[in-house]
Amino acid sequence: MYAFEFVKPKTVEEAVAALRESEAKALAGGQTLIPTLKQRLAAPEKLVSLAGIEALKGIRMGDGVVEIGAGTTHATVARELAGSVPALAALAGDIGDPAVRNRGTIGGSLANNDPSADWPAAVLGTGATVVTDRREIAADDFFQGLFTTALEEDEIITAVRFPIPEAAAYAKFDQPASRFALVGVFVARLGGDVRVAVTGASENGVFRWQEAEAALEADFSPAAVEALAPPPAEEMISDLHGAGDYRAHLVKVMTKRAVAACG
Amino acid sequence: MPKDHGIGAPIRRREDLRFLTGSGRYTDDINLPGQAYVRFLRSDVAHGRIKRLDTSAAAAMDGVIRVFTARDFENVGGLPCGWQITSRDGNPMAEPKHPIMAEGKVRHVGEIIAAVIAETPGQAQDAVEAIEVEIEELPAVIDMAAALEEGAPKVHDDLPSNLCFDWGLVEENREKVDEAIRNAPHVVSLELVNQRLAPNAMEPRVAIGAYDKATDEHTLYTTSQNPHVIRLLMGAFVLGIPEHKLRVVAPDVGGGFGSKIFHYAEEAFCTYAAKVVGRPVKWTSSRSEAFMSDAQGRDHVTKIELALDEEGHFLALRTHTLANMGAYLSTFAPAVPTWLHGTLMAGTYRTPLIYVNVKAVFTNTVPVDAYRGAGRPEATFQLERVIDKAARELGMDPVEIRRKNFINPDQFPYETPVALVYDTGNYHATLEKLEELADFGGFEARRQESAARGRLRGLGVNCYIEACGIAPSNLVGQLGARAGLYDSATVRVNPTGSITVHTGVHSHGQSHETTFPQVIAEMIGIPEDQIEIVHGDTANSPMGMGTYGSRSIAVGGSAMVRATEKIIAKAKKIAAHLLEASEGDIELKDGKFTVKGTDREVAWADVTLAAYVPHNYPLDELEPGLEETSFYDPANFTFPSGAYACEVEVDPETGKVEVCSFVAVDDFGNVINPMVVDGQVHGGLAQGIGQALLEQCVYDENGQLVTASYMDYAMPRADDLPSFTVDHSCQTPCTHNPLGVKGCGEAGAIGSPPTIVNAVIDALQRGGIRVDHIDMPLTPARVWSAIRAAS
Ligand SMILES: Cc1cc2nc3c(=O)[nH]c(=O)nc-3n(C[C@H](O)[C@H](O)[C@H](O)COP(=O)(O)OP(=O)(O)OC[C@H]3O[C@@H](n4cnc5c(N)ncnc54)[C@H](O)[C@@H]3O)c2cc1C
Repeated sequence: MYAFEFVKPKTVEEAVAALRESEAKALAGGQTLIPTLKQRLAAPEKLVSLAGIEALKGIRMGDGVVEIGAGTTHATVARELAGSVPALAALAGDIGDPAVRNRGTIGGSLANNDPSADWPAAVLGTGATVVTDRREIAADDFFQGLFTTALEEDEIITAVRFPIPEAAAYAKFDQPASRFALVGVFVARLGGDVRVAVTGASENGVFRWQEAEAALEADFSPAAVEALAPPPAEEMISDLHGAGDYRAHLVKVMTKRAVAACG
Repeated sequence: MPKDHGIGAPIRRREDLRFLTGSGRYTDDINLPGQAYVRFLRSDVAHGRIKRLDTSAAAAMDGVIRVFTARDFENVGGLPCGWQITSRDGNPMAEPKHPIMAEGKVRHVGEIIAAVIAETPGQAQDAVEAIEVEIEELPAVIDMAAALEEGAPKVHDDLPSNLCFDWGLVEENREKVDEAIRNAPHVVSLELVNQRLAPNAMEPRVAIGAYDKATDEHTLYTTSQNPHVIRLLMGAFVLGIPEHKLRVVAPDVGGGFGSKIFHYAEEAFCTYAAKVVGRPVKWTSSRSEAFMSDAQGRDHVTKIELALDEEGHFLALRTHTLANMGAYLSTFAPAVPTWLHGTLMAGTYRTPLIYVNVKAVFTNTVPVDAYRGAGRPEATFQLERVIDKAARELGMDPVEIRRKNFINPDQFPYETPVALVYDTGNYHATLEKLEELADFGGFEARRQESAARGRLRGLGVNCYIEACGIAPSNLVGQLGARAGLYDSATVRVNPTGSITVHTGVHSHGQSHETTFPQVIAEMIGIPEDQIEIVHGDTANSPMGMGTYGSRSIAVGGSAMVRATEKIIAKAKKIAAHLLEASEGDIELKDGKFTVKGTDREVAWADVTLAAYVPHNYPLDELEPGLEETSFYDPANFTFPSGAYACEVEVDPETGKVEVCSFVAVDDFGNVINPMVVDGQVHGGLAQGIGQALLEQCVYDENGQLVTASYMDYAMPRADDLPSFTVDHSCQTPCTHNPLGVKGCGEAGAIGSPPTIVNAVIDALQRGGIRVDHIDMPLTPARVWSAIRAAS
């Protein structure tokens, strides 16, 4: 690690102000950022810890929506939403290991937008809203490719507002080493709409599989997915854990399984 | 009721309390006064010429004590290789210099180019980044077949090619084997890869060098499985320090699996530099460094052919292997694909004719050396895979074809056509036990139940043999070993009767501190807690060769038994004197000496006290004191064997394999502590299943290590494994060591990979998918691709 300054503000405003100073970086659970620092792959002058900001923590149930503070850990989501929004709870409960879940936050995961992370699938798959210190960003606008989001340099995610789907499920196929998603598919039914969001697979990060959405809106069943061609293999990530054709195939299999799990 | 003490008692590990409460003392826990820290600049290219190396900016940085480059080691030797192989043409293997730091050329990613010693690790790392290095990249050779082609880039410019050696066993049989295969009614062949693995001991390597100017003594604290071997290699061949001025300490070591046998550049560096800078120098490997500097394992590419008659009897076996050495020869690298691999090709079978050819190849990759099983897993894998394929091609049951070809119990000692003499074994017995425990009869019902859930279920078996406790020294010397393979123990009886055993072997997960006292407790009849095992320090244990190859109890334990026998013999003399009886009438039982046929007795502690307070003592015939040392050189290897079975489920849609059950029946001869043996087998199975399904080192065509962290190198986790059934009730005791023990450390890792692969292929075949082989690791992607290619 290189040397850095460390500040721990109490409010979002103070944190944003601190981030405006040059070469500063927000620190949430540190489950991505700390390993990066330890390997000397990043050299921020200052870390702005978000851990002292109470406003970022906790889960609020509203009318048909659930709002999760950006600083809420995966473990808290897994525990508190197990009864009310089981698809989100299950997704959170399958991230990493207990240590990662007890430190890592939803805000950190979304800001990082790792192409194999789980949360982006849920956010895009439900059409959630990412709330920041200055605006609200629709999921469809938030994710902009590998490790890229709509966030500005000094912008802080404060919460994520999820519509509560009538039925939803996340089917994840683990990358054998990291156990991030080799392919993860979040399927949600909201009113007449069906959303299908895929993480882990595409070279452009999380994406909506629109053919599957259309097919499922007509017939919400695994058979409807079975009839589809998988998404184009050449747009999928190819690495030692799976070539593009394998990932494309898994998108279809995991979509079927997510639909089946919706009951 | 199991015994509660002595040999055979499942007593709990005394090591666990300190390990589980964080009070173990590992090398990194040691901090010496005035200690400085070293960080290394390592090559980030696989092959290149160092054009420019400028350390001046680094040397001027805050906290930097000194920067070292290859130039500082001009008067220092290279890292020696401990085993010389002779090629088929009679020439010795190619043995290029293995320098402490790259001399002019880098040959693998991770090779050391320079080192910075500074006040803190952070300052050392900052300065490493300030070293200016310019490397002209050369084409890298990664693939072994390509490395052997005419005109391939050479890893070592001064060698004629990338071939290290071309070895045959037994060369005189080559033509006979060829002929038998030519004329056989059936020949079954298989090409397979035994992939490269990273050992990944939980504790990364650490070295601390220290130098005492007053006494001119060097001390190296290191994460080693064999401190005496390190002292010998580093002292005599690298740094030129005589043994009496060099102490090597390997305290608690958190796993080795072979990777901590070898003498590494960092050890020599820290020892050497400590004297130069006049301060202790400490290096702690990061996990990333470990991936590119710990010797890696396996990496064989093999073609095996098995000839059979109409009834499925094995007639002849021929195998050709390319074995990757990496860029340099690590300490025991040449022994692994040869004497630890070719000699095992008979397996548990009567195959009359066998020929093994191994070509060892240099490539621009991290050196490869022994890793849990070392050669024996590679032998077992190819043999047990080709037998399964033969059974399928001949329409025979895989269990029956094995049984039919077993060496029978009345054939021991059995001389194989590949230079070993098995002293004892009963392969039918372990297989029968396996059939009972694995419930082969219930398989079909379980298969149907799996099929109802859309899963393909398969059953795999394997009957392995291995050779442990490598020996005897005079023979291995003829085979090219540059070391002896005895071991030693000093049994020091203290005045009040407690015992301290100084052993030449080393425990880094094997539980010697628990199991060795059980042996002495049994022999003398005193409680285990009266006995302490000391190991890991050349200053206080006799010269020993350390722990690997499942040799500790078979060789080190035998030395301890011999020393204890000397103790008992002397103690009987003292007891005879005290009891005024003749020595021949004295018996030792339950910690008491008695005169045969009388009620006269004297306690163990009274005898030991008399030895050290010799007031009433036969001083004219006997020296006082009670301390004995023995060196034990085994007459032969030991030959553990076993029969394994597992059931797997394959998800045909995703290719994912789940291991549903695993039964391991092992014949380890006599067992000292069955609970510890269970643990050794569990660990071995976990590693073997890791190899079968998950682990692999992958280099890209430029020699970059793609799997350089746990993001891409898949280690087995608890939930990848079923609950194991292990059994070691079939015991044919070793005939030539005093305890009748064989060793159990590697069995699980040797026996499990072919069992798993056999089961997966079985599952696919039963599901109508014609797949003959899939190379390890059987990742979901590979299994799915194989299914798709076959459909
Ligand atoms: C061993 C291990 C296994 C893991 N497995 C998985 C897995 O299976 N699936 C998965 O999805 N993830 C996995 N992760 C990643 C984990 O979920 C991280 O917690 C998450 O990606 C980052 O969250 P964090 O709170 O730790 O963020 P940090 O590491 O603190 O920060 C990450 C980035 O986000 C920025 N940031 C943090 N909070 C905010 C905010 N509120 N507003 C704006 N920017 C912010 C930081 O500046 C930084 O750039 C794993 C991590 C580890 C170490």
